[in-house]
Order: sequence, then C-alpha cells, then structure tokens
Amino acid sequence: MIRLVADAFDAGAALNRFSAGRSITGAVASFLGIARGEPGPGPALELEAYPGFTEERIAALVETAIDRFGLQDAEVIHRVGPIPSGEAIVLVLTAAAHRREALQACDFLMDYLKSRAPLWKKEYGPNGTRWVEPTARDLSDIERWRETEQS
Amino acid sequence: MARVLLFGRLGDIAGWRERCFDPAPERLSALKAMIRRFDAALADALDGPGVQAAVDKVMVRGDALLGPGAEVAFLPPMSGG
Repeated sequence: MIRLVADAFDAGAALNRFSAGRSITGAVASFLGIARGEPGPGPALELEAYPGFTEERIAALVETAIDRFGLQDAEVIHRVGPIPSGEAIVLVLTAAAHRREALQACDFLMDYLKSRAPLWKKEYGPNGTRWVEPTARDLSDIERWRETEQS
Repeated sequence: MARVLLFGRLGDIAGWRERCFDPAPERLSALKAMIRRFDAALADALDGPGVQAAVDKVMVRGDALLGPGAEVAFLPPMSGG
C-alpha cells in the first residue's frame, strides 16, 4: 500500500497495523526517515509530488521489490508538503519469511525512493531555500543494486 | 489545448507551475520552442541535465507526440525519502 500524506503520521501505529495478524511472516523490517534541520518555527523542508503519477511510480517500485526479494507485503507512507524538523518524512515497511529479504528490500526501496520516485525536496536553511538533487552518494547507492543484478 | 506542469526548481524559474497552451502544439519540441519565445531561461532549464518529460503521466524520450488535451509534465532530478 502506498500513501502520500500531508500531515504528521503515527509510524508506530502503522508498524503495529502492518505487523498484525501475520502467521507465515518471520520478519518485518522498517525504515523511518526523519526531517533533519534546525529546531524552530517553519518547516525544515518541503516535498512536492505529482498527484497520481507519484503514487503510481512508487507502487511500481514496491512491486519490483516484492518480486525481487520475494516479499509477502510492503508499504510506503511518504509525507508531502511542508515538514517541520523532527517529524517523519517516510516510512518503509517490508514483510518476508526471513529477516535478510525484509531488510534488503527496505534498503533497496529507500535507495530507489531517494532518486527515482517523483518527489522534489526543497530544504529551508538560514540562507534561504534550495532544491535538493540526488547526490553522488545517492546515485552510487542505486548502482549497488544494478551490479547485484548483473552478477 | 495542452496542460503543462512544472515541478521542483522548474516552477521557481518559470514563476508558474501549471499553464494551458491553446492550441496544443503537436509535438514536445514545438511546445518547447513555444516556451522559448517567451521564457528562454525556462526553455534552457527544460533542456538541462536530468530533466525528464512525461506525457499523460507516461515518461517519454525524444520528441513525443502530444494528443489533444495532453498533460505534459517536466520533471527535474527527483529527490524523495
């Protein structure tokens, strides 16, 4: 399930709901991304989405992860709009029979969300705002999965 | 008519994020040429590194055809998570 939300969400509740009632699942992995920035009024960052398209593309990424890692289930909750520092930006949840697949799929999904999901992130700093673009690190993170694919 | 959507820094450069072009240009290249006539800085940004285009929410490469009522989105490098 993919959800884009404009308000703060309860990651603990989402994890509990996702984990509930599973009998053949041996592992649920989660990643929670948090808005980093100076405390204070005003947002730390702002995320822009392309409604409809963004959900579609993230759903396709999730399907890829499910197939590749043999997941039983996966969920992504992503904030959009202004986000104060300290609040959750993204929650990725994966369920698999064993931990390795669940953890790897979580890592894979985050790498792809960073530079392949149609989202645009504006950072608010002391010197104004700046649109964030994928860093060399983000791009090399994604390369790791491609190399694995080829070998 | 074609509806054009700009995301991220492209919207800041243009000073708008959504605009209709009537009549609709037949191709993406014609739309970009039309934009260049009133905003060269935006046209340069649209041709800049890493900017992709989607027509009716499907990513396109090269000079895509625009049907009537097409929705054209210009997408700068993405950064979620």
